[in-house]
Formats: sequence, C-alpha cells, structure tokens
Amino acid sequence: METDLLVSLLASGVTPVDRHVVARRFGWALLAAALGATLLVVLFYGVRPDIGTVSATPIFWAKVALPVALAAGALAVTIRLARPGARVGLAWAGIAVPVAAVWLAGLIVVLMAPASARVALVMGATWRSCPFNIAFLSIPGFVAAFAAVRGLAPTHLRLAGAATGLLAGATATIAYCLHCPEMSVAFWALWYVLGMLLPTVVGALAGPKWLRW
Amino acid sequence: MAGDALAYQTFLSELTRHLRGFLRRRIPQLSDDVEDLVQEILLAVHNGRHTYRPDEPLTAWVHAIARYKLMDFFRARARRESLHDPIDDYIDIFAVCDDEPAAARRDIGKLLEQLPDKQRLPIQHVKLEGLSVAETAQLTGLSESAVKVGVHRGLKALAAKLRAIA
Repeated sequence: METDLLVSLLASGVTPVDRHVVARRFGWALLAAALGATLLVVLFYGVRPDIGTVSATPIFWAKVALPVALAAGALAVTIRLARPGARVGLAWAGIAVPVAAVWLAGLIVVLMAPASARVALVMGATWRSCPFNIAFLSIPGFVAAFAAVRGLAPTHLRLAGAATGLLAGATATIAYCLHCPEMSVAFWALWYVLGMLLPTVVGALAGPKWLRW
Repeated sequence: MAGDALAYQTFLSELTRHLRGFLRRRIPQLSDDVEDLVQEILLAVHNGRHTYRPDEPLTAWVHAIARYKLMDFFRARARRESLHDPIDDYIDIFAVCDDEPAAARRDIGKLLEQLPDKQRLPIQHVKLEGLSVAETAQLTGLSESAVKVGVHRGLKALAAKLRAIA
C-alpha cells in the first residue's frame, strides 16, 4: 500500500482522542496493585494483631509515609516515561528525596543509639524475609502497572520498566505495613528500600522485552 | 487530534514528508527501508496519539516516537545481521537519493487482509470506503462499539504485524 493511501486511511473517520486515558489506566493499575497486595497480606501474612493501637502512633504513619511518598514519586516518573518526549526532570526528586530522607533518619537513629543496640535497630527480627515478602506482594501491581504502561508509548524501555517496578514495589510496601512488626527507621532504610529495589530491578530487566511496541 | 479529519490528514501528510527527510538523512545507505519505516512511524503516531498532551511541544513528541522506531529498527537489523552474511546489505550504499517516495516493501494492504473479519471489515468500511460507524455496524451486523473497537484493535494489530516483518 502506498504511504499516501495509509495517510488517508488513518485520517478518515477519526474520533476525538480521550484525554483522560492515561489517568484512567494508572488509576485502575494502582487500584489493582493496592487491592492485590492487601489481599495477599491478609491471606499469607496476616494483619499484625496490635494494628489498632499501633495505628494511633506517629511512628506508624512515618513508616507508611515512606512507601506512600515513593509510590507518588514513582507514579510521576512512570507517567512521564510512558509518554514520548516528556521530560522527567524534577520528578526524579520524588524518588530521591524520600530515599535520602529515610537514609538520613536511619543514620541518625543508629548513631544516637548505644553501640550494643545498633545491630538490632538495623536487622530487626525479620530482615531475612522482609525484602522477599515485599517483592512477592508487588506481583499483582507489577502485572497491572506493566499492562498500563504497555498501552501507552514508552521510548526508554529499561528506565520505564524500572520506574514501573518501583511503583509496584512501593504500593506493595504500603500494604506490607499492615503486617510488618518492625518499627525502627534504620530497618526500613535498609530492608524496605531493598524490597522495593527487587521489583525495580526485575522491571529494568523486563522493560526492553515487555514494553516494546 | 480533536477529531478533525481534514486537519489530521494535512498533519499526517506533512509528517510523512518530514519523516522521509529525517530518515533519509540518518540512514542514506538503507534507502530501501525508509518508506517502510515512514509507514511504521505513521501507524505508531496514530496508535499512540492518546499519549500526546497539547500543552507539550508536538515536535518533541513526534521526534521521540521517530527516534524510538529508528532505534528499534537498528536493533532488529543488528539481530538479523548477526545471523546472515552482511555483504549484500551494503551493496546499496551507492543508491541515489531522491525526493520521490520509494515503494514500500511491505504491503500494508496485504497485511490488512490477514486480519480477522471483525477487525478487517470495520477498517475497510470506515477507513477505506468512508462509511460512518453506524452504517458499518448495520452492514456487518456488529454493534457500533464493536466497530470502533475493531478499527482500534485492527490498527494496533497492523502495527504489530509490520514490526514482526521488520
């Protein structure tokens, strides 16, 4: 077929573009990610029994704030990476600032603690399972977010895959806060960040293959 | 983009010329592939038009798509060449460059025939014969939304077929 004919084929009978399609796609993906991860927490790990009392303490909400901030930052970056020619620019700060903040706070906590208590503050009681639990919880969100990004038009596939993985990981971590008994900032700074890094790495590896269009 | 077919056709025609120039400058030794790539980018622009935001520069958006498709083409070619003897691929290095559109090697019309009926018929009636969605629905027995979905999915499938051949 000649190119001219293709042009008229594409142009005839065009309908107005739905401007909200990006927002709707990510809305559904986030909903699936949150519901999926929460369901997995309830089914496999169980909500921590003292959630009623602990959710009244500021430290619990400080803990939830980390993945919430990272999810927001990753969402902003992912949406930009999913559209051709859009600059990410300042949106990177949405990922960098929460990570820097929790590392700084974790470092201060460790330095101020007596030397004998430091290992317990960093390793907690669940460091062995924590990153893998988060990675497991991120599976439904990972699939949903990749499907959303696939329907758009990412041009930097590896970066877009990584940002999508981080979005899934951060959403999963919010849900994991319902279960996780660790209340040390230093623990979150290391193991939560590692847990979110796992789906990020998988996303970076899978991006060039799964997001190609 | 707002559904004005005439303005959109003008835009696509100008884009075609622009893309032809852009690609001929970048891959002058592969002039045979230029028209195929032009068609592939046009389809990509059309299928991805929901990702354009009017508050951003159109050229940046179009160029990002064109660059992406060109990179994708290079990658596919590199993969192919690692399997074949590359000598005859460079014979056309002396090919003359002109402004006339070269014939595309992949025939989109033939690819269209390979689509399933519920995608092919909507594209044929709405896009090639210029019927309305309602008329097409009546003619094919599909619902109006099925016609719209058929056109949409069909064009996506067409883009995927083009890519598979590349």
